[in-house]
Amino acid sequence: MSSDSSYYVPESSKLPIFMAFGLLLFVLGAGSTINDLGKESSNSYILLMTSFAVIWGVMFVWFSNVISENNKGMYSDQLNQSFVWGMAWFIFSEVMFFFAFFLALGYVRMFSVPWLGGEGEKAITNILWPAFEATWPVMVTPDNETFPGAEKNMNMPGITKLHTWLPFWNTLCLVTSSGTIALAEAALKKGKRAAFKSWMVVTISLGFIFVFLQGLEYYEAYAHMGLTLGAGIYGTTFFLLTGFHGFHVCLGAIILTIMTIRGFGGAFSEHDHFGLAAGSWYWHFVDVVWIFLVLVVYVF
Amino acid sequence: MSAVIEGHHDDHHHGPAKGITRWLYTTNHKDIGSLYLWFSFIMLFIGGAMAMVIRAELFEPGSQIVSPEFYNQMVTNHGLIMVFGVIMPAFVGLANWLIPMQIGAPDMALPRLNNLSFWILPAAFGVLLATFFMEGGAPNFGWTFYAPLSTEYAPPTVTYFIFAVHIMGASSIMGSINVITTILNMRAPGMTLMKMPLFVWSWLITAYLLIAVMPVLAGAVTMMLMDIHFGTSFFKAGGGGDPVLFQHIFWFFGHPEVYIMILPAFGIVSHIIETFSRKPIFGYDSMVYAIASIALLSFVVWAHHMFTVGMPIAGELFFMYSTMLIAIPTGVKVFNWLSTMFKGSLTFETPMLFAIAFVALFTIGGLSGLMLAIAPADFQYHDTYFVVAHFHYVLVPGALFSIIAAVYYWLPKWTGYMYDEFMGKTHFWLSFVSVNLTFFPMHFVGLAGMPRRIPDYAMQFADYNMIVSVGAFLFGLSQLLFLYVVLKAIFYGKKATGQVWEGAQGLEWTLDSPPAYHTFETPPNLEAGEAKG
Repeated sequence: MSSDSSYYVPESSKLPIFMAFGLLLFVLGAGSTINDLGKESSNSYILLMTSFAVIWGVMFVWFSNVISENNKGMYSDQLNQSFVWGMAWFIFSEVMFFFAFFLALGYVRMFSVPWLGGEGEKAITNILWPAFEATWPVMVTPDNETFPGAEKNMNMPGITKLHTWLPFWNTLCLVTSSGTIALAEAALKKGKRAAFKSWMVVTISLGFIFVFLQGLEYYEAYAHMGLTLGAGIYGTTFFLLTGFHGFHVCLGAIILTIMTIRGFGGAFSEHDHFGLAAGSWYWHFVDVVWIFLVLVVYVF
Repeated sequence: MSAVIEGHHDDHHHGPAKGITRWLYTTNHKDIGSLYLWFSFIMLFIGGAMAMVIRAELFEPGSQIVSPEFYNQMVTNHGLIMVFGVIMPAFVGLANWLIPMQIGAPDMALPRLNNLSFWILPAAFGVLLATFFMEGGAPNFGWTFYAPLSTEYAPPTVTYFIFAVHIMGASSIMGSINVITTILNMRAPGMTLMKMPLFVWSWLITAYLLIAVMPVLAGAVTMMLMDIHFGTSFFKAGGGGDPVLFQHIFWFFGHPEVYIMILPAFGIVSHIIETFSRKPIFGYDSMVYAIASIALLSFVVWAHHMFTVGMPIAGELFFMYSTMLIAIPTGVKVFNWLSTMFKGSLTFETPMLFAIAFVALFTIGGLSGLMLAIAPADFQYHDTYFVVAHFHYVLVPGALFSIIAAVYYWLPKWTGYMYDEFMGKTHFWLSFVSVNLTFFPMHFVGLAGMPRRIPDYAMQFADYNMIVSVGAFLFGLSQLLFLYVVLKAIFYGKKATGQVWEGAQGLEWTLDSPPAYHTFETPPNLEAGEAKG
């Protein structure tokens, strides 16, 4: 795969402009679909679906091209190093995206909720809703008619009841899967393809079990706990943090599924398996985010 | 889709493809650099036209030309276009043109991604401009889009604005990943980090800042979207959230963002000053450390934009002192530029004039920034024209002048033709006089209490505002002259040599003017020589 020939600079390509076109459709489609929410007879979603088709189609062709270029031996070691840097900095950007939501959670917990309850120098904010008492999770919101607080929250029920608590099983799934993908990678590097494939299947199964359990938790929240997006700041931060994390787990699981399918098709060698390695880094990243998330959203 | 470039470098020097598809499908860093620069130039005139509407409305007190609602849309979109559509793309264009040539790389590290980063921009700004013709009009909540103006009281087009910001951010992140990867991975052998040209250094740090904060902006607009359409209460006190939270998140992005718009300028000005002083830059190492310090400090100063919002006193003090710290590395840079010129063999070609104007006028903007950093004083200055004067001084004679200087400096290299020196100098003097005429009186009306973003003002501000408007119209017209100078150079300019400038140092000047379509396919070996640019 690697050669010491010069850096491969691709000739002109139609893919980027098609991708940009797909993103244009996405902006128009998502914007109009969301603006038309609640309206009857709106066709905007067709535009949105078209944009997804274009984006996923272009990505499929793009990745296929990269794989076949690599298989033809067009990529030097230096170019492979570019992919490594590229993926690393992409994951850093994802970390910063989550950072914004963690920042929001920290701010409301440390400042805005206590201030609304009358604490500190900013006690004046308490005049707006004098009856409001600051607690976390916020079960009764300041304006409880507009934002009816949840009846129950998702906090850890105590060590003895740990097995009844879904996030415990979720944590177990995700942490274990981070280990199993490491085993898969190690097996691949030693050339044990059967073990590699088995560990990959275990990993993506754990990933999808996580997504399923998360869905179950959301169902419980909406059906039995009154915990919704509209349930004030607790519901807001709970759903946005776990939701974006869950979305990234889905994405990671899809990436790993594709890698597994490619693995079954004979792709990846002992020394050349960057697609798998990148997917694996991504998977470790969602795992690390989850550990922070469990601590600040569920436990403390 | 692609032909192979491998093995033998000597026998293929294929030029660009013919026709429009060259620009649509290109993977060439020089083509993409040109695309970025022309896009930025076009957006400069669109955003500038909006500024002209603003200044026409403010020419006299009272309601003159446009409705207050439309005025708000002008102010908002002028800001958004100038920040995201002019300054940032122009710097990315310069990065595309220069970084591979300055570090001896054949192209950017990920050329197809590079093209995607560019073509997202016309899509995003096309949508943003299209909102003017949609129900409810364009975004009207200021370029900082504070909640609840941008949530509860926003026009329905805010949804398109949110998604446009999302893809704009994606473009910046992909572009920055490309820049960092190129710099870290593709330097010619022998070019160690501390031998890199300063423009490359400034972009390495800028790209880091972009990757760190553009996702935070994406988070902020996502929270807006959820609050507007899905019933969440991030920025609603009734649910336990806080509109001030928006300001914190926005400025956590926003303050590094303003350094994103100035750090590459530092790199450019360093190159131009050393060339026309015919001396290597004074204190190269300290220049690098200063850029890095400014970038790191930019993460812990954000709340100085919101001193009046009601923070605990500890917050006011922390953000006041941390902000003032930035004056130290910035002072180091100004000192080094002056020391480079000291006892140099100075000549004053157009790029040098713009660079010297940059040093002088950016310093004025920096000093007014220091005044604004003083929390108790800021209670008086906040949201007045003093703030408008401050950030226009660092962005127009700061960032924009550096971009203009860079175009004059490298245009002969890019096109192979010299610009008309007399016309360039005319452009400089017109711009220099009018930019000060425009922005200097804003300090006075601001200190006297004229609020920003209001389409009308009290009688006592009338004289100064008329001067400001006249200056602004003159500055706008002067930029048409810039367009003329650039076009004249491209079509009728005299042939330029490879070296172009007598004192210019660096790898890009070892190439022909214009450089071949593909350069440095075999990296130059610098182990013996000195590559410091």
